[in-house]
Amino acid sequence: MFKESLQIDFEFIEDLEKIGPFQTGACFQCRKCSNGCPVTFAMDLHPNEVIRMVLLGQRAAVLSCRTIWVCASCETCTTRCPNNIKIAELMDCLKEMSVKEGVPSAIPEILTLHKTFLSSINRYGRVFEGGLLPEYFIRSKQLISKLMTGSWRGDLTLGIKLLIKGRVSLFPKMIKGRSEVRKILSNSKKSKIKS
Amino acid sequence: MKTAYFPGCSLEGTARLDYSKSMLGVCKLLEIDVEEVPDWNCCGATAAHCLDHQASIDLAGRNLKIAGQMSQEDMLVPCPMCYNRLKTAAQVLKGDHKDRYQTELDSSFPAIWDLANFFARDDILEKVKARIKRPLSDLKVVSYYGCMASRPPEMTGSSDYENPQSIDKVISALGGTTINWPYKTDCCGASLILSQPDIVFQLVNKLYEMARRVGAEAIVVSCQMCQANLDMYQCKIEAEWGQQYSLPVYYFTELIALACELPEVGKWLTKHISNPFPLLEELALYPYKIEDPRGRGVKGKNGENMNTEFR
Ligand code: SF4
Ligand code: SF4
Repeated sequence: MFKESLQIDFEFIEDLEKIGPFQTGACFQCRKCSNGCPVTFAMDLHPNEVIRMVLLGQRAAVLSCRTIWVCASCETCTTRCPNNIKIAELMDCLKEMSVKEGVPSAIPEILTLHKTFLSSINRYGRVFEGGLLPEYFIRSKQLISKLMTGSWRGDLTLGIKLLIKGRVSLFPKMIKGRSEVRKILSNSKKSKIKS
Repeated sequence: MKTAYFPGCSLEGTARLDYSKSMLGVCKLLEIDVEEVPDWNCCGATAAHCLDHQASIDLAGRNLKIAGQMSQEDMLVPCPMCYNRLKTAAQVLKGDHKDRYQTELDSSFPAIWDLANFFARDDILEKVKARIKRPLSDLKVVSYYGCMASRPPEMTGSSDYENPQSIDKVISALGGTTINWPYKTDCCGASLILSQPDIVFQLVNKLYEMARRVGAEAIVVSCQMCQANLDMYQCKIEAEWGQQYSLPVYYFTELIALACELPEVGKWLTKHISNPFPLLEELALYPYKIEDPRGRGVKGKNGENMNTEFR
């Protein structure tokens, strides 16, 4: 049996570095990033493998992996990389690129949470936590799965506790500068990446 | 002393009644006059920097512009996420690629302070020490900083990012003991709690285990996300791993209030989910009557797992 030869998308790293720079090319695979990463147990590619695959032009595999979404943005990798590669920032850039290129997220709940969060900012200028959670649970279809599995009970108990303690605000606070905030959010949707 | 103040959304939301109130209470005690940045907006948090880099800088940038019109020299930012985003925007908007963004930072703005770093300043610690009435002797804790206040150092300007000291300094000024441990800056999973809770439970359980191994009786934090992840699910994590940690999770501002005998501290502590009182009572650090918001006692029958009994 013959193994298919690797198809390299040479533009992948160029596209990324134009948005960055992240210094991806400086990686010598020491794996310090992966050693310090707290969530490798939930990743399909370790951070150093993501870097390697970016260098090897594996656009489709990288943009569709779990790792970019599981990344908790803890910045340990960026802080410790001996070659000053901005790994955490690259993970963000890969998420943004995957959304723009219409690649389905490997963990759709995380994407939905971010989107719900941004739409709360868009609406009020600040995040309204009391509205964010219910909206997220509905949009991510977790409400249904929670009902099916019965895991809603724990969430409900905690929710009620927080309500009784007065920790959930019931009304959003709207800021006066909402239109400025909307302009910021809509402007960047047009995605004008200057080189 | 007058400072600007950037609360951020969670200090207006779930952390309003403990972190925010305790911070404001302690500032008042120390005669620090805080003025909220007018009409501030959300800094964008994880969502913006994950999905929309440009907006993440411009959202924080708008706040910096507004703060630039204030006369104070310092701006206190209790939320490490906001702190991180504001510091990042401040750097990026002066950097090589500043023309990529809408915001133009023309004026200067107050120095951006992580709250714990601010309180660890010598002049502030002196003020605190002068007001201590009940030193926290016998209190053995670990300090837990999480990620955002120190990393990446390129943005935060932190020099002790692998072993931060601010909370430790405050606790020892209060007469308490912080035990050295290796997980000061390990991640708690932050917003993954909503989308991938099992990942967070695993990370937090690791923190509990180590805190217990080194002999800590409580965890002290300066971040409302860390506090929520460590405090709200302790019962659940204990049940899942068959352990009993009973580790209260205090904000450092609450401990300052406790040592300075601010009577409101009880009100703030009742907002926690894991019971913060038994340890304080045991160490005779809490001289007030304990009531929960519904007026029922918080003690478990025969002292069994207090967490479940604390509403
Ligand atoms: S720490 Fe830096 S150089 Fe080492 S493998 Fe990771 S990205 Fe490459
Ligand atoms: S920023 Fe992401 S990839 Fe880097 S160490 Fe943290 S979780 Fe891992």
